[in-house]
Amino acid sequence: MKKIVIIGNGISGITAARHIRKMSNHAITVISAETDHFFSRTALMYIYMGHMKYEHTKPYEDWFWEKNKIDLVRDFVISIDTDRQKLELQNGRGVAYDELIIATGSRPNKFGWPGQDLDGVQGMYSFQDLENMEVYTKNINRAVIVGGGLIGIEMAEMLLSRNIPVTFLVRESSFWNKILPAEESEMVNRLIRSHHVDLRLVTEMKDILADKNGRARAVVTTDGEEIPCQFVGLTAGVSPNIDMVKASKIHVDRGVVVNKYFETSVPNVYSIGDCAQFETALPNRKSIEQVWYTGRMHGEIVAKTICGKKTAYQPGPWFNSAKFFDVEYQVYGDVKNEMLDSEDCLYWEHENGQHSIRIVFNKSTKALLGINLMGVRYRHEVCDRWLQQGATIKEVVGNLKKANFDAEFYKEYEDEILKVYNSKFPEETLKSTGKRGLFAVFNQ
Amino acid sequence: MEKYIKNAGLVLFIIGFVVFVLSLSLSDYQLTDKIVGQQGEGEKYEALQKATKPMEGKLYDSNISFIRDLKKAIKSANKSIIDKYTIAEEIASEMALKSMDGDKFVFRKSVIDEVLPANGDVATEQNKSLKDFTGWLEGKEFSSRKELSDQLTSAIQNINNSLSYQKAFDDYSAKNLVFSMTKASSLGVLKGNIKLWFFLSFGLVIIGALAYFFGTYSNVPAGIKNNHIFMDALTSRGWIGVILGTFMIAFYIFLYFYPEYLTNWVLLVDPISYKLNGGPASHWFLYGFMYTFAVSVMGIRMLLKYWGNAYQLIRTASVIFFQFAIAFIIPEILISLNKPGYDFKNIWPLDYDFFYNYNLDQLMESGFLGWFMLFWGIALIIIAVPVITYFYGKRWYCSWVCGCGGLAETLGDPFRQLSDKSLKAWKIERWMIHAVLVFAVINTVAVLYTFFSGSYSLFGIGTETIKASYGFLIASIFAGVVGTGFYPLMGNRVWCRFGCPLAAYLGMVQRFKSRFRITTNGGQCISCGNCSTYCEMGIDVRWYAQRGQNIVRSSCVGCGICSAVCPRGVLKLENGPEEGRLDVANLIGNKEVEKV
Repeated sequence: MKKIVIIGNGISGITAARHIRKMSNHAITVISAETDHFFSRTALMYIYMGHMKYEHTKPYEDWFWEKNKIDLVRDFVISIDTDRQKLELQNGRGVAYDELIIATGSRPNKFGWPGQDLDGVQGMYSFQDLENMEVYTKNINRAVIVGGGLIGIEMAEMLLSRNIPVTFLVRESSFWNKILPAEESEMVNRLIRSHHVDLRLVTEMKDILADKNGRARAVVTTDGEEIPCQFVGLTAGVSPNIDMVKASKIHVDRGVVVNKYFETSVPNVYSIGDCAQFETALPNRKSIEQVWYTGRMHGEIVAKTICGKKTAYQPGPWFNSAKFFDVEYQVYGDVKNEMLDSEDCLYWEHENGQHSIRIVFNKSTKALLGINLMGVRYRHEVCDRWLQQGATIKEVVGNLKKANFDAEFYKEYEDEILKVYNSKFPEETLKSTGKRGLFAVFNQ
Repeated sequence: MEKYIKNAGLVLFIIGFVVFVLSLSLSDYQLTDKIVGQQGEGEKYEALQKATKPMEGKLYDSNISFIRDLKKAIKSANKSIIDKYTIAEEIASEMALKSMDGDKFVFRKSVIDEVLPANGDVATEQNKSLKDFTGWLEGKEFSSRKELSDQLTSAIQNINNSLSYQKAFDDYSAKNLVFSMTKASSLGVLKGNIKLWFFLSFGLVIIGALAYFFGTYSNVPAGIKNNHIFMDALTSRGWIGVILGTFMIAFYIFLYFYPEYLTNWVLLVDPISYKLNGGPASHWFLYGFMYTFAVSVMGIRMLLKYWGNAYQLIRTASVIFFQFAIAFIIPEILISLNKPGYDFKNIWPLDYDFFYNYNLDQLMESGFLGWFMLFWGIALIIIAVPVITYFYGKRWYCSWVCGCGGLAETLGDPFRQLSDKSLKAWKIERWMIHAVLVFAVINTVAVLYTFFSGSYSLFGIGTETIKASYGFLIASIFAGVVGTGFYPLMGNRVWCRFGCPLAAYLGMVQRFKSRFRITTNGGQCISCGNCSTYCEMGIDVRWYAQRGQNIVRSSCVGCGICSAVCPRGVLKLENGPEEGRLDVANLIGNKEVEKV
């Protein structure tokens, strides 16, 4: 029986703990300074909006941890002594480990803006960020959000739920266009504006001005415009939260450097989730993976290694999801913001500008590369299988209804993409397979 | 503009609601000779006439004192009749003495004629019933006078006890009497202007509510509208929720047990009752009317709130239709045609009195239509439930057709997030709902046994006792007072989840032999918890979704809200092949997935 200590009770650390418990009898301790129990970080916005309370965001009831002999410690790790295999906690206690997993997640980027540490200036990542936002958005006239990513648009939605006018500064020429292709990115621009957000593209923040109490009172843009506001959301990405690791002997770069087994430079120390940085990124993937799903996947794999079955991280096809106001986004496989010369795609967009389907494939082999969906739900299992098998665009379009995952009675758009296919490949047209519907149950 | 409509609607709603509540005190009451005379003929009504004499002509300004006096009068009428027919227990001893036969005591009927001769009407009846009740003692030998005397005393006591329902007003008819006499004795502004007061109460409530909903939801993009639900005092068990819950609980207690205090509300719907079925309204008509309008008005709110979600729109239209047409209008029309007021979509054992003798008798006396209803009702139980549930899951009934489900999905929608999701609640739910099913089956077996055999005792337990306890505990307290009254406190499906015996039956089919499931979309779940929070049945949907497992639960009513509120498109209600439906978790992500 080994003593496993996990720093961080987010999705990565907790997944690792659960899987280690399932596979072994090791002693497991999870240390977190953030909350007593695991909660879903992605749901913080819904607490602010009043859809849920904190207790609803906890995926497991509080008795779960004791029952599964997972010891939870609420404290902050100040230092890691890898020679003596010991952690020092803020309350002065020391914690010894046989194996250590660092899963400390991220923190919002701050790029040295003047005024970035004023009251009312913050990111939106931790539970404490939520508490601060609750305090600093009371009775205010305007908020400015800086940085056009997923957290930025979620923060805009949060503020609008409290009827707070929002100015949204985005450095790029279109929202999230380093990830989204132009049409989808433009769709999100329209969505943001339709919710009466003052969206400023190609605009950066130069300065945050303080009032006499040390609280933000305005933002100055690089154009020199001063925008009065009482709250500034910093959402220009996140970076690994590894201050206490930097002081240790563990090798760090931007994140804690790990190999494909999540092993760090020091024996018996692993790192997973947002704070880990692969020494060599996997093909078509980033060296630091900062989404919920990868955090979970890292936790699953490191647990195997720790339980004696050394396993390399070998993720299946990429997938991700988000929600831009009322429009859901899903991606399966590799969809770049700008296609390579070797790539081609089918794209269809609804005339109301709230649904689109993009299917990217290899020009010469016709093999499926990725699917991008706005306002349409597709079936992960089917898309994953097509991607792994390298299904051709013809197979995909011909069987697209099998991939649809929208609720019953929803309008079906697969025939629209079929038309796009037929006009692109007039020599080998496909026929519609008809609608699903109420009596489809008798055909299965 | 929308804001003004919304606020105006709220004001109208509040005015209407206040008028509605105050209207209960708007009448004066005066009992007349004529009203008493209309109640019926016979000895007990003559006694009633006599007992109510002091009340006649007296003007009461509150129904509380009126009802108090009326109940006293009925009690005294009952007492005068019972006193008149009561047989003195002392005669038992006298009869026993007269039965002495040497050193034994042998009972012969003739002794009754000696002690209680049939002189005059009362004595004749007493004489006759004593003979009936002692028939089994004829010729029996007793060793002591006391033994025989005890037997006779107990016979006399039985006769005396039966007088209250044989000769006088029993509890049930006394209740009806108080209700109809109070209603008929109402006087004053309300009765003089029923249509006006109907408009000022029901009318303003309905118009106000609709305006509020249109103002809230029109011109808002389609999508999830759950902002501030856990900050609102109405929807998060705050003070408004507690007040509303208290009001609803009180409403159900009065409706079931003290309807005589609600006669003003019943008067308001009298004109509608006359139009629909040709007769005056009862408190059950009032309830049916309020129920139907609650489903319809709050159904419109549901349509507006989920505009853009086809599943919710069609489902909500369905529950409104079934409540309005099938449960309310058609039975009323049937009654006006002198046919059984049958609700074609109500299924035993939710329709717990379907096999009660009065219902069976009525159906069998109503010609072809009655027999059709009888067979239709049985076919629903043994064919429709298993077959349709196999193909579509129990949702076809619970969230598309059922009246209780209809109310829960419309009036109850603002409270769905208040259901308890804990594992403990699930454990309680499982034994409780199945216990009610067993109780419902025992109750039905008992009443059918009585129907066919004529005996009122099954294994030593009185069938009427079983029937009465089911009616009180389950049908009134559980389904009504708790099931609906507690919407703002415990969520909108308390009855459906913990009590409904039909839901238990449908659930067994759904769990073990059905094509229905909620599919989890591979590895897309982010454990946010919206699905579990908004599950009215208290299913921890997320627990399944985050491990990539399909949700197959006997309690799931297939309302589809988990799928609607999911921000990542992870959940889909669907009917598919049985194979693989119950498979364990298959979380997509890593190439090599450990099934944990």
